[in-house]
Formats: sequence, structure tokens, C-alpha cells
Amino acid sequence: MQDKSDDIAQLMRAANAGDEGAYKRALALLAPRLRAIVGNGFRAYGYGTDDVEDVVQETLLTIHLKRQTWDESQPLSPWLRAIARNKLIDHLRRRGHRQYVPIEDFENILEAPSETGQAAASLDGRNLLDGLKPRERSIVEAISIEGRSSREVAEKLEMTEGAVRVALHRALKTLAARYRSE
Amino acid sequence: MRTEDLIRALAADTAATPAPPRRAIAMALAAGAAVTALLFFALLGLRGDIATAMTAWRFGLKLVVTSALIATALFAAIRLSDPLAPPRAALAPVLAVPALLAIGAGVEMSALPHDEWAMRWIGKNSLVCLTTIPVLALAPLGALLYAMRSGAPSSPSLAGAAAGLLASGSAAFLYATHCTDDSPLFVATWYPIAILAVTAAGALIGRKVLRW
Repeated sequence: MQDKSDDIAQLMRAANAGDEGAYKRALALLAPRLRAIVGNGFRAYGYGTDDVEDVVQETLLTIHLKRQTWDESQPLSPWLRAIARNKLIDHLRRRGHRQYVPIEDFENILEAPSETGQAAASLDGRNLLDGLKPRERSIVEAISIEGRSSREVAEKLEMTEGAVRVALHRALKTLAARYRSE
Repeated sequence: MRTEDLIRALAADTAATPAPPRRAIAMALAAGAAVTALLFFALLGLRGDIATAMTAWRFGLKLVVTSALIATALFAAIRLSDPLAPPRAALAPVLAVPALLAIGAGVEMSALPHDEWAMRWIGKNSLVCLTTIPVLALAPLGALLYAMRSGAPSSPSLAGAAAGLLASGSAAFLYATHCTDDSPLFVATWYPIAILAVTAAGALIGRKVLRW
């Protein structure tokens, strides 16, 4: 497990240095790890694991937007758990949970294999993309769901590639803010 | 949206990783303090007898205390932007500031006859002090809170409070070079009221804008 974290940390360092492929691999490796952390958290608070994927997605989004707060010289795991725990507590608070006993058993967890039965879990069962401006939404959908590159999207929407990237970044920030304000 | 779709969107957002909080905070402090210094020299300026004042221990103590506040609040603001930092350890060094003030006030009380205490304590500029420090703190407070949004504080209120301490510490340092009330009794009374007001404002705003 520790070896795996080191691998991810290595990829994250490469990503910070501008290696986009490494970043994508890091995020893909993070997802199952987060599933385990978040799933354990839900169980520790006495909840079922229906919303795990939702919190995993929110955590991934936060990791992306807050990656500058990880100190590259430090191990990745504690930072990862801190972000995941913050998002989990946020989620539980929105559901009306009032007790915040610290979760100790975030350590030594087994990785959850893959997305569970609700593999297509969308953000809180609804489409959070609804909150985006039409253009931002079509950019996010084209890149994420259709798997297009920002250059393809730029051509399709008759925008510059830079403008597509700016709009994408803004859309991701909006999504994160919408999670908070739910 | 499936998780793998989200990952594609995140990976496509290839904007360079933003500056780490410590750098963003340092830059915001420099920019905010520059604006405040301009404002200070335009409106108030150094006191006329600054050259003589510099040699007196009471004046020196004002600069030492406000510098200590800037240093410890800067440390706190940076630490509190880290999701892993325990808030108490981040804020503990700030306690050196009231400790210094208390020592200064003690020395002052032993140096002065009783009947002068009240006069020194009330001073001449308490209202100016109470208004100037918050006004001078505005620019750095705004800049710091904006910059600290790149952080991930485990306590947004405390992070905002640290921004308030840092902003008002910078304002107090400048104001100290203008004000002619040098008694530690004055400084230990009126400065903290102004500084705590800014700190409370920072905490309230931080609670809103530093959530993540």
C-alpha cells in the first residue's frame, strides 16, 4: 500500500512539473484509493456506502483544485486523507449529520476494487452539470463524456484552444463551489 | 458523470499548478502592504521627531511588538492554509506578542509614579489609533483573504483570523511610526482593540470565503 502511494506521489510530482500523462495516471490510481478511504469513513460514521462515489468525485475535484497545498517533499497519503475527510464531513453535514468524532481507521485500508453497482453514479444522483452555463457545460461534456481533446472542442465551438481551457477551468471551480453550497 | 469521465476533465485542465499558499500569501502581503504604505505616507507620514524617538526604548518596543505580530501572524497564515496543520500549533507563536506587551507594561508601571499611569494609558491619540489601524489594514486584509483562497485550511475562520492579524499587524507597525503615544500602557490597550476588531472581521469573512 505504501509503495502504491509512493508511486502516485511520484506521478503527482511529475504532473506538477507539467507531465499531463502522469497526472491522468495519478488521478486514475487515486480513484480506487479514495473509494476505500471514503467508504471506510462512511462506515466509521455508521452510514451505508451509497454515496461513496459522489464523495470520491468531489474529493478528486478538490484534489485537482487544491493540489498546490500538497508539499511535494512530504508523503502524499496524509494529505490525501485530510482532503477526503474534509469532503466526507462536508457531505455528512449536508445530510444533517451532527457528530464529528475523528475517524481513526482511515489507516491501513484495503483498496476498493472499482466503482460499485452505481458505477454511473452522478453527483448526488442529479446532474450537477445543470448548474453550468450552456457553453461551459458543452465543453465539460465534450471533454469528459465524449473524451474529446480541448483542440477538437475548440474547433467544434469555434473558440481558441486557450479559451476552451479557461472555460473548462472556470467550470470545474463552479462545480466545486456548487458542492459546497448544496 | 462517471468518475472516469470526471478524471478526463480534470486531466484536460492543464493550467499550471497554482503557486503554493506560502508564496501566494507572501505576494499578497507585499502588495497589500505597498498600497497601505502609500496611503500612510500620503495621509499621515512619520512623526516629526522620528530621529529622537528611535533612540527611546518605548518607541523601539512598539516596533518590536508589531514586527513580532507580523512575523508570527505570517507563520500562522501559511500554516493554517495547510489542511494537515493543527490550528493551535500554528497560532501559538502569536502569544509571544501579548507576552511582550505585558512585560513592557510591567516595566513601564515600575518606571513611572502611580499618578502618571492614567495619563499615559489614555494618551492623546486613542481614537486616531482605533480608526487608523483598521483603515490601514483594509488593503492587506483584502489581498490576503483573496490569496488564501488557494489554500485548504482545516479551519477557514482561524485562517481568516490569521489574515486579520497579519493585516492589522502591518497597519499597526506603520501607525506606530506616526503616533506619539509611546507608553506600553497605551500600546497594550488601544492597539489590541483595533487589531482584534480587524481579526474578528477576518475570521467572519474567512469563514465564508476560505471554505473549500
